[in-house]
Amino acid sequence: MTPIQRGILALFLAAPAAALAQQPLTAVEEIERYRAALADGNPAELWEARGEAIWKEKRGPKNASLEQCDLGRGPGVVKGAYTVLPKYFKDTDKVEDLESRLVSCMVMLQGFTPEQAKKDPYGSPGKKVAMDALVAYVTSESRGMKMNVATSHPKEAEAYELGKKMFYFRGGPHDFACATCHGVDNQRIRLQDLPNLTKQEDAQKAYTAWPAYRVSQGELRSFQWRLYDCFRQQRFPELEFVSPASIALTMFLAKNSNGGTFNAPSIKR
Amino acid sequence: MKKTLVAAIILAGCAGMTDRSDSENTAKALALMQASFKESGQAKLDRLVQDEVQRVCSEYSGSRPVPKDVAAAIEKSQLATIKYPADGKYLGDWKNGERIAQTGVGMQFSDTAGAAAGGNCYACHQLSKEELSYGTIGPSLYNFGKLRGFTPEMQKYAYGKVYNSEAYSACSNMPRFGHKGILTEQQLRDVTALLMDPASPVNK
Repeated sequence: MTPIQRGILALFLAAPAAALAQQPLTAVEEIERYRAALADGNPAELWEARGEAIWKEKRGPKNASLEQCDLGRGPGVVKGAYTVLPKYFKDTDKVEDLESRLVSCMVMLQGFTPEQAKKDPYGSPGKKVAMDALVAYVTSESRGMKMNVATSHPKEAEAYELGKKMFYFRGGPHDFACATCHGVDNQRIRLQDLPNLTKQEDAQKAYTAWPAYRVSQGELRSFQWRLYDCFRQQRFPELEFVSPASIALTMFLAKNSNGGTFNAPSIKR
Repeated sequence: MKKTLVAAIILAGCAGMTDRSDSENTAKALALMQASFKESGQAKLDRLVQDEVQRVCSEYSGSRPVPKDVAAAIEKSQLATIKYPADGKYLGDWKNGERIAQTGVGMQFSDTAGAAAGGNCYACHQLSKEELSYGTIGPSLYNFGKLRGFTPEMQKYAYGKVYNSEAYSACSNMPRFGHKGILTEQQLRDVTALLMDPASPVNK
């Protein structure tokens, strides 16, 4: 842990504890205040810079960079690309989110096998992965822009509808669905506010804040990771990286956030 | 008269079409999920196989309320699943109950298989006055026993509600802690004591 991380952790541990002695609402406000203060020095910038370097680096069997990758706004256009994802791509005949599109470009442009491109989806202490960095770089290039996800292609419309079904799918030993925690307004789990992801205003606020640097983990976490970890807590089996279900659910949530201003990578506890 | 009938047929036709594409989407979404998850630790793929309550409650969610007859059928079938302690003792140790209410560990693929699980009651409910970090997905249970009376009937109800919440509230968000084997009989007694023991902080 770096001194910065230790400092950030100390702030988070001290602030809510002090506020808890008063009342719950104050604690939530305190957490918001510290989040705002922390946003000034977000370590996600380190991932963004590393991601830009990896984007431009010649890699793989074809010794090519990703600079000609079409992320949805044309080959080589990174600016604003994340605001239109997930999206249907003709070259793969699939709806792809950012992470799956990066995999496709690593395969098509750099000559990696799909297995190689998907091998290290998430970083962990002592193991920095290219995917997290690329996600940080690409998403940072959409900061300040409005989400504008389309469902005009039949496969996009279908992904949205199937993602919606998944959102309400109850299963596992605890009967949990995404909707159990994220389908009603103004609820909390412990002291954590829960966004109602079926409602535009809440979906905008939640979706536009991912990916995020998680202080408690010292890692930059992608939206694929967010879903993977939600399903872990839902007691489901393991959601596979860039699987069709993960993309459909992302489509449902991203589309619900349309019109919201993208503001990530962010920083979270 | 004729107009009304025509309108009714058109409406029925539309409803039929919607239902068909809706059930097609349900099947497609399930197939998509089965192709997208892999077993990990104790979380096997059979967790994606819904029982009847999960299946029906997934359909009646969002803006679609559960019809009264469907709710009654669920509650009846789920009430029949409740296994009460053979000795008729519903209350265990509220202090253990408090510990179970505080922890949410158990049954995730990251958890040790077979280790005792928690109930994580505080994630959704207010219980004791001292614990300020509680959620609001479920109602406040502060003074649960004090408000309802410390009767054997109420002890039995509380035990049954934690055992299988669907028996009393169809499509409730609350896990069926006994029915699904999340908590053991002794743990269920301890949690019931947290709610129903006059000495429990819940009733102070």
